[in-house]
Parts: sequence; C-alpha cells; structure tokens
Amino acid sequence: MEPVRAVVAEALADSHGRIVAALIRITGDWDLAEDCAQEAVTVALERWPSDGVPDNPGGWLMTVARNRAIDVLRRATVERRKLAELAVLSDPAPEPATASDDRLRLIFTCCHPALALEARVALTLRTVAGVPTADIARAFLVTESTMTRRLTRAKAKIAQARIPYRVPSGAALAERLPGVLAVLYLLFTRGYDSDGEPAFAAEAIRLARLLTALMPGEPEVAALLALFLLQHSRRDARRDDEGNLLTLDRQDRARWDHDAIAEALRILPATDGPYALQARIAACHAADTTDWPRIAGLYDRLAERLPSPVVQLNRAVAHGYAYGPADGLALLAAAREGGGLDDYPLAVAAEAELTARAGDRERAVALFERAASVAHSYAEQRALLARAEELS
Amino acid sequence: MKYMMFVCTDTEPETDDSLVPDVDKWVAENDAAGRRLEGDQLAPPSAATTVRVRGGQLLLSDGPFAETKEVIVGYDILECADLDEAIEVVRAHPMAWRGRIELRPFPGA
Repeated sequence: MEPVRAVVAEALADSHGRIVAALIRITGDWDLAEDCAQEAVTVALERWPSDGVPDNPGGWLMTVARNRAIDVLRRATVERRKLAELAVLSDPAPEPATASDDRLRLIFTCCHPALALEARVALTLRTVAGVPTADIARAFLVTESTMTRRLTRAKAKIAQARIPYRVPSGAALAERLPGVLAVLYLLFTRGYDSDGEPAFAAEAIRLARLLTALMPGEPEVAALLALFLLQHSRRDARRDDEGNLLTLDRQDRARWDHDAIAEALRILPATDGPYALQARIAACHAADTTDWPRIAGLYDRLAERLPSPVVQLNRAVAHGYAYGPADGLALLAAAREGGGLDDYPLAVAAEAELTARAGDRERAVALFERAASVAHSYAEQRALLARAEELS
Repeated sequence: MKYMMFVCTDTEPETDDSLVPDVDKWVAENDAAGRRLEGDQLAPPSAATTVRVRGGQLLLSDGPFAETKEVIVGYDILECADLDEAIEVVRAHPMAWRGRIELRPFPGA
C-alpha cells in the first residue's frame, strides 16, 4: 500500500493543479473541481494496489475527476455546452506547458490583488499545489476550521465579485505579475524560516518552476526560481550540529546542493529587475571566492529600485566588505536615518561587526551584546553572544 | 455584472492635482460606453438623518449612522464584464485619487 500511496502523491503533486484548473475553467465551480480531484485520488488509492499503477497516472486521475464532474453536473442538469466540453477533456500531461495553460489562469486568479495576501497564499497552496487544508492551517498557526472558513470566503469573493478566470495581458500583466511573484516569495520564506513549514519551500520551488515553464519570456519569473534554488541549496548547511545558525563564511560548502546552484546559474537572467538583482547577489555568495565590489554594485542598483531599510542595510554591509568598515558604517548611519531599522537586531549586529573590523573591540562587544538583547530567536541570540565572547 | 461605487473622501488624498483625472470626461466616456448606468453626488453628511424603528417606535437621529472621517459623497452604478474591468473604470475616477472608492457587486447581477 505504501509504495502506491507515494506514487499517488507524486502523480497528484504534478496533476492536481492541472485537473482543478481545467475543471474550474469549464464548470466555473471551485468546490466541484476540488471535490472531483479529491475523489480521483480516493479511487486511485483503492484501485492501484490491485490493478497496478497506470502508464499515465496524471491522465488517469484527470479522466476519473472529469467523469465524476460529468455525473454531478448531469444530476444538476446543467447546460449541454459544459458537458460537451468536459466530455473531450483529457490530461495533456506529456505536452509542454504553454501560456494558455489552465494552471496559469488558476495561479493569477488565486493571486488576485482583490484578495487578502494571506488568502492568496492559502488559496494557491490549496488549489494549485493541492496541499491539504490541515497542513496550511498549521503553517499559518490557525485551526483547520478557521483555515477552511478563510478559503471558503476567498472562493466566495471570487464568485460574488466576479474575479475573472484569466491571465491579464499587456500593461495589466506587468502590473499583476509582481503580486503573483510576491505570493510565491512569501510561500518560500514561510518554508525557509527556522520555525516555518519546510515542505512549503519545496512547494514554492515547484510552483516557480511551473511558472517559469508557463511564462518563458518573463525574466523576473526565472530570476525568482534562481533565487529560491540558490537560497534552498544551503538548507543542509545553515546550522551546526547543535542547531546554531551559521553565517555563510562558516558553512561547510560540501553540504550545499551543487546541482541546485548549477541550475540557478543556468537560468539566471542578466536583467535588472528586483528578483534578478537579488538572485545575482545570491549567486555571488555561492561562488568559490566572494566578489564584494560586485555585490556592492548590485546592491546599489537594487537600492535604487527597492529602497527598503533591509536592502539599505545589506548594501552597507556589502560596501563594508568591499571598501572597508568606515564606508560600511557611513552607509549604515544613512540607512538608519528613516528610523526603519530601529531595534532591528541584524542592523545592530551589522554595526557591531563593522566596528570590530574597524578595530574598536570594546565598542563592538557592547554592540553585540545589545544586538543579542533584541534578537528575535534563541539561536540568533546565542550566535551574537558567542561573537561578543570571541572579541572580549 | 452590476457594481456599486461608493465614492468616499479620504484623510490622505493625492496631493498632486495635475495627476488627477477630470470627472466630466469620466462620466461622458463611461456613459457613452454603456458602463455607467447612473450616479450622482450626495449632500454633505450634516444633512443626513438616520432612521430606525424599534418596537414599532420611530427613532430618528441627526447625522450619518457611523461617525468617521471618511464620508460617502456620491455613488455610481456600473455594468461591467468582471471585477478587472470595473477596477479599470474606477481607477480613472478623480475620487480614486482625491478620496477612495469602495467597489461592491450586486448579488447575482
């Protein structure tokens, strides 16, 4: 039974979005689409152990889900047109993904800016990726019934406000794409944060890969996938045996996922969008020797497009490594002027590190201790206190 | 699909008047396209009366039912294919810039 369960899980991860997206396009009914996909999985778990796994598992699931939808709609006596369209629906699993792919419509609808950001993330996970509601609820720290209500409300809004089931075109696409990428980015960080749901990082990569195949002409999409791959490549090296967080220069590079890094470098665009710049910075950090002047230059360009306090902070750190701690401290002081970095532990830690490298150990120790006192996690706090200890 | 536009003021309006579109042009364009079914301005909230009946007794109070800094100053009813089309219409209305606009669908319309 267990091997079959694994095959079903894999087939479903690949075809859930495809099945649900196609059924929504034809029937316009989100719940029906999800129920039929679920039904197909139940039937597969019953039959595959005795009948064997079919050659095209995704196609098999699509056929069962489609037949189930036809049954339900026949009973509800809906229009002939929908039934006729359903009758010819088959799973195009082996074909390459295209811009007219139903899944792209589904992603853009789930990520519509008229829905709340958390609802967008949850709906994308549930509908496109087929993640069980209970798992989504756990990641959002709410009960399953709360998450079910949230998903139901989002689907009701789509229907009542008539959010179109469509990929926007022209200027509207340029306006909407960053919102879709932001949902994937949030999903990735939910998976990558120390207290997050690790499976979500893999799910975000899977969705970014799908989006890259569906929108090959959009460099920011490929850049986002490259950024995910580069960050994820370090997942096994980020902590020591005691669970302490390690900075990049202290990580065991042999434990990085070098296939993921190679894939990221292959697809990395040379454009200047915010994700492309971040991915290129991440790529510099994955190289054998770190080219700090190049990183500092990339941060200069990123800060022009995305002048957030955190980007300004990282820019100051990069300049500190590239051109000396005095330059870094000057930029850090400028970045702090807006007040956006007040009590931000990493800003205090960065000032401590730059001060230590400028030679003022006493002041650096005091700063590391202050950073530790405002740290967000125990692991962070321990790492900062260890640094203070080293210097005194 | 019918949508109601509640046209409201806002405490943080766009300050650059040169960016704000012209209302007469907006009305003319959307009337001509058949997207604006009707609409009008409202008298200020100071002219409002709130009406309730409880236990058969008429209760009147002076002013709007909710005291907020943002007040409804007008409305328009739109006929659009979907929310995206309605959003495109609303973003070109001057009060999306000088105030804010709540876009609400009529049920099943």
